[in-house]
Amino acid sequence: MTSQQPTGDMTGLPPENTWRRKDLLNTDTLTHQEVELVLETAEAMREVRGRPMNKVATLRGTTVVTLFYEQSTRTRASFEMAGKALGADVINISASGSSVEKGESLIDTVRTLESIGADLVVMRHPEAGAPYLAARHTSASIINGGDGQHAHPTQALLDLFTMRSHIGDVTGKRVVIVGDIRHSRVARSNAWLLMAQGAEVVLCGPRTLLPRTTPGAHEGSGCEMTTDLDAALKGADVVMALRMQKERQQAGLIPSLREYARGYQLNDERVARAKAGALVMHPGPMNAGVEVTTSVANSAVSVIEEQVTNGVAVRMALLYLMSAGGRR
Amino acid sequence: MSDVVLGHDQLGRTIRRLAHEIVENNRGTEGLVLAGMLTRGYPIARRIAEAIREFEGVDVPVGSVDIALYRDDYQQRETPPRVRPSQMPASLDGATVVLVDDVLFTGRSVRAALDALLDYGRPARVRLAVIVDRGHRELPIRPDFIGKNIPTSANQLVEVRLTEVDGDEGVYLMEPGERHD
Repeated sequence: MTSQQPTGDMTGLPPENTWRRKDLLNTDTLTHQEVELVLETAEAMREVRGRPMNKVATLRGTTVVTLFYEQSTRTRASFEMAGKALGADVINISASGSSVEKGESLIDTVRTLESIGADLVVMRHPEAGAPYLAARHTSASIINGGDGQHAHPTQALLDLFTMRSHIGDVTGKRVVIVGDIRHSRVARSNAWLLMAQGAEVVLCGPRTLLPRTTPGAHEGSGCEMTTDLDAALKGADVVMALRMQKERQQAGLIPSLREYARGYQLNDERVARAKAGALVMHPGPMNAGVEVTTSVANSAVSVIEEQVTNGVAVRMALLYLMSAGGRR
Repeated sequence: MSDVVLGHDQLGRTIRRLAHEIVENNRGTEGLVLAGMLTRGYPIARRIAEAIREFEGVDVPVGSVDIALYRDDYQQRETPPRVRPSQMPASLDGATVVLVDDVLFTGRSVRAALDALLDYGRPARVRLAVIVDRGHRELPIRPDFIGKNIPTSANQLVEVRLTEVDGDEGVYLMEPGERHD
């Protein structure tokens, strides 16, 4: 009875099932209930995006800043779209062309943004841990939009959301992540989140591109690591290919992109080894014809474009959950 | 002690009467869409549609409306209210939408629901049906179809309980701090 308890909690959920975090820095400390809350809220946001009027005014008066020290198309644009779809003001700052080029420190930059009126700062930075440092020095909420080779929590959440909407609960489901695992914040955040959800996570790539220890290994619950993609794919419910960066070839970690593709590209023949209807995913940006063949990327089991669409809904959910009054 | 305002059977009869009034007022079911507010308005809207099917033989589309994104107290709240997906069967352009809720009190939820509805199109008209009107409006909103008027003091509680949501059925008037048991 919403009309009678205007300030009460009428969700019928336990009181702990609400969002109280100031920042979202990674997926490793998210509770089960927080994840459920994000996914449920994202479901509602996806419905909003499908309406004749696909925008609401809930966050009017809230300012979101995207602060990117690395280039990005989809993550930055996705957050901007998410903020605008909720009625927030969005300011985009990239390191080139800003005071960052003049040597302003991260802490000073974040404090300046707070003084200007930023309520949330979405931050991408080449150094692992940079958002953690920023979060300690500002009362604005910090969302990690990717830090070095460490974490990319919103990508992992949108990947989980996409998996859920196709295969339901991921408990016991086999998810193979293939590519440059060692340098991938996407792989790391996904592994943490998926393992916490009870999925069977397999990390696959050439030996030079696998980490020494797997995420979760220190808790005795590491995931499987293998160099044999064909074997890994057997029984897979989801296959996620990662972007192969050309710089890895210059660093001598792979002989060539062509050689990499020979062993690790997702093609029709390989995808056929997974379960029938297994999902094919890619966080983008995709090197067409390297990590995934065009044929697989455009096939019925590919949800690559849907990941991008869902990204807006998941980021709307996070902006909404993190902007409620009283938190600041 | 909570007072029973409507018992199980009375609540059922009230919903059927509302169904008749809605169809009579609309001169049939042409263009009619029922939009139930979450949580309890939606199951009530479905029951109204069921009643209409029984006596008119017509399926009236039923949607659900969640008002969380349209509330006027989002910035004042410690934690964000839960948002659930709304579902609207079709565009509301030109439709006669009957918004359905359990209890009409301040009118703030209805104000929020109206904003939500308009994001689905431009209805020809919107009507409001409630099981209980308990007074104490804070906004200029009035219901078109009322199950029962119950005079209350502002701090009393009116609870509409539905099998689908609460496991039992009836309308209760309670004193502050009192819980249904």
